[in-house]
Amino acid sequence: MSANEDQESCCKDLKMSPMRWDFPVELCCRPMAFVTLTGLDVTFNAIHRAIWDAFCVNRRADRVPISFKVLPGDHEYPKCRSKRTSYEWYIPKGILKTGWMNKHLNLVPALVVVFYELDWDEPQWKEKLLECATRVEIVRQSLQGRNTKVAVVLIQKKTPLPPGEDVIASERAAALCNACDLSGKSLFVLPHTDHLVGYIIRLENAFYEHAQTYYYAEIRRVKSHKEFLNKTTHQLLFVRHQFKIAFFSELKQDTQNALKNYRTAYNLVHELRSHETNMLEIKTMAGFINYKICRLCFQHNTPLDAIAQFRKHIDICKKKIGSAELSFEHTAWMSKQFQAFGDLFDEAIKLGLTAIQTQNPGFYYQQAAYYAQERKQLASQLCNHDPSITYPSPDPLETTMGVLDFYGQRPWRQGILSFDLSDPDKEKAGILALQLKEKDILHSELIITLLSNAVAQFKKYKCPRMKSHLMVQMGEEYYYAKDYTKALKLLDYVMCDYRSERWWTLLTSILATALKCSYLMAHLKDYMTYSLELLGRASTLTGDQKSRIEKNLIKVLMNESPDPEPGCDASVVKTAQKLWADRVSLAGNNIFTIEVQDFVPFVQCKAKFLSPSFHVDVPVQFSVYLKADCPHPIRFSKLCVGFNNQEYNQFCIVEEAYQSGDILEQSSQGTVCLVPGKTRKFTFKFVAKTEDVGKKIEITSVDLVLGSETGRCMILNWRGGGGDAASPQEALQAARSFKRRPKLPENEVCWDSVTIQASTMIISRVPKISVQLRHEPPALTNEMYCLFVTVESQEKTVIKDVKLTAGLKPGQDANLTQKTHVTLNGREICDDSHPALLTDIPIGDLQPGEKIEKAIYTRCATVGTRIFLVYVCYLVNTTVEDNEIICKCHKDETVTIETVFPFDVAVKFVSAKFEHLDRVYADIPFLLMTDILSASPWALTIEASQLLLADTTIAVDQLESHVEKVVLQTGESASECFCLQCPPISTGQGGVAIGRYVISWKRTSTAESLPVITTVTTLPHVIVESIPLHVRADLPSFGRVRESLPVKYYLQNKTSLVQDIDIAVEPSDAFMFSGLKQIRLRILPGTEQEMLYNFYPLMAGYQQLPSLNINVLRFPNFTNQLLRRFIPTHIFVKPQGRQANDASIEAA
Amino acid sequence: MAVCVAVIAKENYPLYIRSIPTENELKFHYTVHTSLDVVDEKISAMGKALVDQRELYLGLLYPTEDYKVYGYVTNSKVKFVMVVDSSNTALRDNEIRSMFRKLHNSYTDVMCNPFYNPGDPIQSRAFDNMVTSMMMQVC
Repeated sequence: MSANEDQESCCKDLKMSPMRWDFPVELCCRPMAFVTLTGLDVTFNAIHRAIWDAFCVNRRADRVPISFKVLPGDHEYPKCRSKRTSYEWYIPKGILKTGWMNKHLNLVPALVVVFYELDWDEPQWKEKLLECATRVEIVRQSLQGRNTKVAVVLIQKKTPLPPGEDVIASERAAALCNACDLSGKSLFVLPHTDHLVGYIIRLENAFYEHAQTYYYAEIRRVKSHKEFLNKTTHQLLFVRHQFKIAFFSELKQDTQNALKNYRTAYNLVHELRSHETNMLEIKTMAGFINYKICRLCFQHNTPLDAIAQFRKHIDICKKKIGSAELSFEHTAWMSKQFQAFGDLFDEAIKLGLTAIQTQNPGFYYQQAAYYAQERKQLASQLCNHDPSITYPSPDPLETTMGVLDFYGQRPWRQGILSFDLSDPDKEKAGILALQLKEKDILHSELIITLLSNAVAQFKKYKCPRMKSHLMVQMGEEYYYAKDYTKALKLLDYVMCDYRSERWWTLLTSILATALKCSYLMAHLKDYMTYSLELLGRASTLTGDQKSRIEKNLIKVLMNESPDPEPGCDASVVKTAQKLWADRVSLAGNNIFTIEVQDFVPFVQCKAKFLSPSFHVDVPVQFSVYLKADCPHPIRFSKLCVGFNNQEYNQFCIVEEAYQSGDILEQSSQGTVCLVPGKTRKFTFKFVAKTEDVGKKIEITSVDLVLGSETGRCMILNWRGGGGDAASPQEALQAARSFKRRPKLPENEVCWDSVTIQASTMIISRVPKISVQLRHEPPALTNEMYCLFVTVESQEKTVIKDVKLTAGLKPGQDANLTQKTHVTLNGREICDDSHPALLTDIPIGDLQPGEKIEKAIYTRCATVGTRIFLVYVCYLVNTTVEDNEIICKCHKDETVTIETVFPFDVAVKFVSAKFEHLDRVYADIPFLLMTDILSASPWALTIEASQLLLADTTIAVDQLESHVEKVVLQTGESASECFCLQCPPISTGQGGVAIGRYVISWKRTSTAESLPVITTVTTLPHVIVESIPLHVRADLPSFGRVRESLPVKYYLQNKTSLVQDIDIAVEPSDAFMFSGLKQIRLRILPGTEQEMLYNFYPLMAGYQQLPSLNINVLRFPNFTNQLLRRFIPTHIFVKPQGRQANDASIEAA
Repeated sequence: MAVCVAVIAKENYPLYIRSIPTENELKFHYTVHTSLDVVDEKISAMGKALVDQRELYLGLLYPTEDYKVYGYVTNSKVKFVMVVDSSNTALRDNEIRSMFRKLHNSYTDVMCNPFYNPGDPIQSRAFDNMVTSMMMQVC
C-alpha cells in the first residue's frame, strides 16, 4: 500500500494556521471552575512547589474539574464595572463580547485561596495573624464588587490533633477567622506531612464546593437582570444573558442545565431581527451556540440529538448568505460548521461512540470540503480584481485593540446597530479589503485537508468507493493547486479501482485530468500511457477528442511537442511548452516500454497457437491478432513475440523500416499499418527444437513498437498472449451472445471469435514402427514367464539406436515391484536382485522393414494383476521445412497380465484303513496323502516330487516319487501316498511338523532349456498321541463260506506297566469261531500277546466279524471303541464255489 | 422527481445510467458509484436472512446535502439506484417503492428480449421512455 501512504503523506504536508473562521479556543475547551492560589512561592520554596505539584501534576480524570492558577497575593483582577441599576436607557452594541468567555475561564476566579505558613503554636502569633489578615484584605480589595470567594489555607509543619482536642488551635482558628472576616468553612489547615496528596484532594474538593456556590450565585445574578429587559431594545441581551447562564452552568459542571440554556439561547438568536449588516454576527453566535449544544449532546451520549441539532442548524443557516459580495464568507462559515461537527463526532468516537457506514464523521468532512470548494469558486469569481486595485488605506479591518469588541461584527462599523449604512464608502472599502484578503487564502490546501480527513473516515467505515471518489477530488484539487506530482499519485492510485469496476465514464474523466497533469509536467511516459488508454475502447471521449489526442501522441512519437490540453491555464501552458521543448532537444532515453496488460490500450492484442500441441516434425504455427481502436490508422515499426525459450524469439518479428514522417500515411496496404476497427492477423511459423519435446512453449510477451528508435519509441508490452483489463469480460459477453457474427470477407477475422491460446505442447514425432507382444497368459506363480516382443520398422530410412524398455509399468503398487523380476536370460530362475523394469536394452539399428524379436522373461512371485510396459524408442532423421532434424520417436505398449497359482496341493492324513485321521498315534504307522490339482489353463509337467521329512517323523518304507514326468491338464490331479510313523513325543507338545513337500514342475509347452520351477509346500502339523495298547489283526484278505478263516490278533503293551486286559469275543450270526471267548490276560511291558481265532464263515458277502471287546483295566478311558479302529470289523466272504470249478477259483 | 436512475450489474459496473441533463452528469455517476458501498454492505447483511423473506427494496442508502439516494436489488443481484432531490419532501417511501417496482418490471421486459445479451448496456427504447417518465413525473 505504498501509494496509499504517499497519499497520506500528501495530506500531511499541509499545515493549517489558525483561520478567521476557526472557533475561539475558549469556546472549544471544556469550562472548568477557575481557582487562583496565592501566597505560594513555587520557584524558590520546595514545600510550596510540592503543594503546587500535588494540585496540578498528573491530574487524573476522577479529580474535580478545576483549573488552578498561581498568582501573587497582590494580583490585580479585572475591574468590575459598576452594576447597572436600570436598563431603561441601555442599548447593547452586540451579542457577546469577545473577551467574556476568556475572562471567566482564566481571569476572574471563583475562589481565591491565600496560602499562609502558620502553626497553631507560633510564638509570634499576633504578628502573623495580622499579616495574614492583611493579605486577605489585599485580595478582597482587588476583587471589589465581585462575588469571588476567599479562602485561607494555613501551611503547618505539625500534624494537627483530632478536632476538639487542641484547645489552642480552635481558639486561634476562631481568632483568625475573625481577623480575616472569614467563615469557619473557608479556613483550612494543610500539614505538609507524608499524606500531602490526600490532603490536597480533600482541599480541592472543598474549593470545588466554594466554586460551585460562586457560579450558582453568578447564574442567579444574571437571571435577575432578565426582569429589567424589554423585547424591543434588549433583544441582543436576551441572547447574551441566556448564553452567560449556560456558560456559568457549564463552569458549575451542570451540563444538563447548560444544554437547556444553550438551546434557549439558540432559539433566541434566530429570533433576532436579521439584516445583511448583522447576519454575520447572528451566524457566528448561532455557530458558537450550536457547537456548544452538539458538544454537550455527544458528552451526554445522545449522538442522535447532536445530529438532529446540527441538521436543524444547517437547515436554518444554509439560506442566510448575507452580503452577496462576501458570499464566500458564508461558504467558509458553512464549511467550518461541518468540519467542527465532524471533529466533535470523531472525538466522541474516540471516547467510545460507535458510528456506522451511513453516519460517520466522513460525511461531515466531505460536506465541509464541498463548501470549501464552493468558497474557492465564489472567491475566484468575486475576488478577481484588477491588479491595479490596491488594498484600501487606512485599513478598514484595523481595530484599535487589534481585536473585535463583539463576536461576528465588522471591524469598520463595530457596535453600530442600525441597518442603514451610514458610510457607504467605508462599507465598500471594507468589502474590498475582505475580498483581497480572501484572494490570498490557499483554498486548495483547505479543501485537501478536509478531503483527506474524510478519506480517513470512509476508510474506517467500509466505503472504498467513497474513499476513491474523495481521492479523485483530492487529486483534482492538487491539479488546481499546480502540484501535479501529487495529483498524479492520487489519480493513479484510484484509477485501477474504476477500471476494475468498469466505470468507464469516471475512468475517462480521471484519465483526462491525469493527461493534463502529465502534459503540464512534460512527463513523457505518463503522457503516452494516459493517451493510449484515452484512445482505447473504454474511453468515453468523443471522436474529435480522441482524434486530437491521437495526433498529439503521434507528435510525441515524432519527437515534437504536443498541442496543449484544452482547459489549462495559459500561464501554466507556457511553462509546459518550455518543458516540452527541453524534452525535444534533450537526447536521452527515448524508448518507453509500457505494460498495457492492466490498462485498456487502444491496440488490442491476442496471440494464438493454432493448436494446443504440435509434433516436433511439424512447424509450430501461431498468429498474433491486432486491432486498433483509435480514430486514425496507425503504423507500427515492429512487432515481436517473446517465448519462454528465447531462441524462438528471432523467428517471430515483423518489422518494416519507414520514415518517421510516414506514421500518419493512410496506406492500408502496408503490412505494419493498423486500420481502426479492422483485425490484423500476423502468422508465424517456426520449427521447435528437439530438446523441447515434452515441454510447453509459452508466449511470455508480445511487444508492439510504435514510433521509431530515431525519434521516440513506445513499446506496448503485453504479458503472455495479450488481452487487457477489459478483455476477459468482453470475451465472456461475446460467448454469451447469440448474435450472429457479421459476415466478413475471406481474409478478415471477427475479433470476438479469436480466443487467446498462449501456450502449446511440443510432442514427439509419431512413431512409425510396430510393436507386437506374444505370450501365453496367465502367468504362473514363480515361473519364468516369457514375453516375446516383436519390433518392426515401418520408417522409410534406417532407424538408429533402437532401445527397448520392458517390465512392470512404474507407478503401481510398491509391493508388486519387489515381487516382480524381469530378465532377458530365461535359462535360470531370476532372483530378487533382478529389477522390475529393464531399461534401455540396446537393439541397434533397424533397416526399413526389418523386424526383430526379443524374449523377455518375468518372474512373478505373487498372484494378482500386473501392468507391463513395453517401450521402444529410436532416433530417426527427418526434414522439416528444409531443416534436417534428428527426431526421437517412441512407442509404448502396455499389457495386463494376471498371475495365478499353477496348482493346489492338498494333504491329508489317513490310517492304514484309509480312514481320516485328525491325530496320529505314536509308533503306529499312518498314511500321508498328497493331491496336486492343476489350476493352470496350460498343461503342466511334474518333473519330480520329493517329501522332505522333519526329524519328528520317519518313513516306514522307501519314499519315492510316484508322479515323476506326469503331465497334468487343467483340472487334473496327481496324488501320492506315503506311509509314515511318528515316534512318541514328550507330552505337552501340540503338534509335530511333518516336513515339506517339494514339487518340481514346468509348463509342458516350454522349451527344454527353460529351468524347472520348484514349489515347496510345507506339510501341516499333526497331533501325536500315545496309546497304552495297540491291537493288530492278521487275517486273510477274504474268506470263503464254510472254510476256516484263521485270524490272529496281536496285543501290544505300549506302556512300561504290566497290563491286565479283559478280552471277550461277541458271537456273530455270520461266523462260528473257535478260540478263547472270554479271557483275562496280563501283558508285560513292551511285549506282545498273540491270540489265534479260527473263524468259520456261514454266509457270503461283506460280513461283520465277531467283534473283539478289549477292556484295559488300568485305563478305563481307553475305550474299546478306539481300539477297534486299529482292527478290521468286516471281511468279504466269498460264496462256496461249485465243486468242478474249485480248482479255478483257488487259482484266482 | 428522480434526478438520476441507474441500473448496475451484479459485478457492479453500470448497465444503464441517466441523469437529468441540466446537471453535471459526472457528479451523478460518482454519486451512484459511491452509493454501491452502502448497497454492498446491505446485501451482505441481508445474506444472512432467509431467501424468501428478502426485501428487494433497500431504502434510503445515504443522504447528501442536496440529494437522497435510494437502492433496490433484484434476486439476481442487479441493483437499481435512484437519486432524488432532497428538497422534494413530498416523495414518500411508498412512492419510491412503486417507482422501483416499475423499474424492475421494465428491466424484466428488457431481459425477456431475446436479442438482449445479459450484461450488455441497456439500450431499450421502452426502458428509456419509462425512465424519462419517472424523471418527468410531478415536477
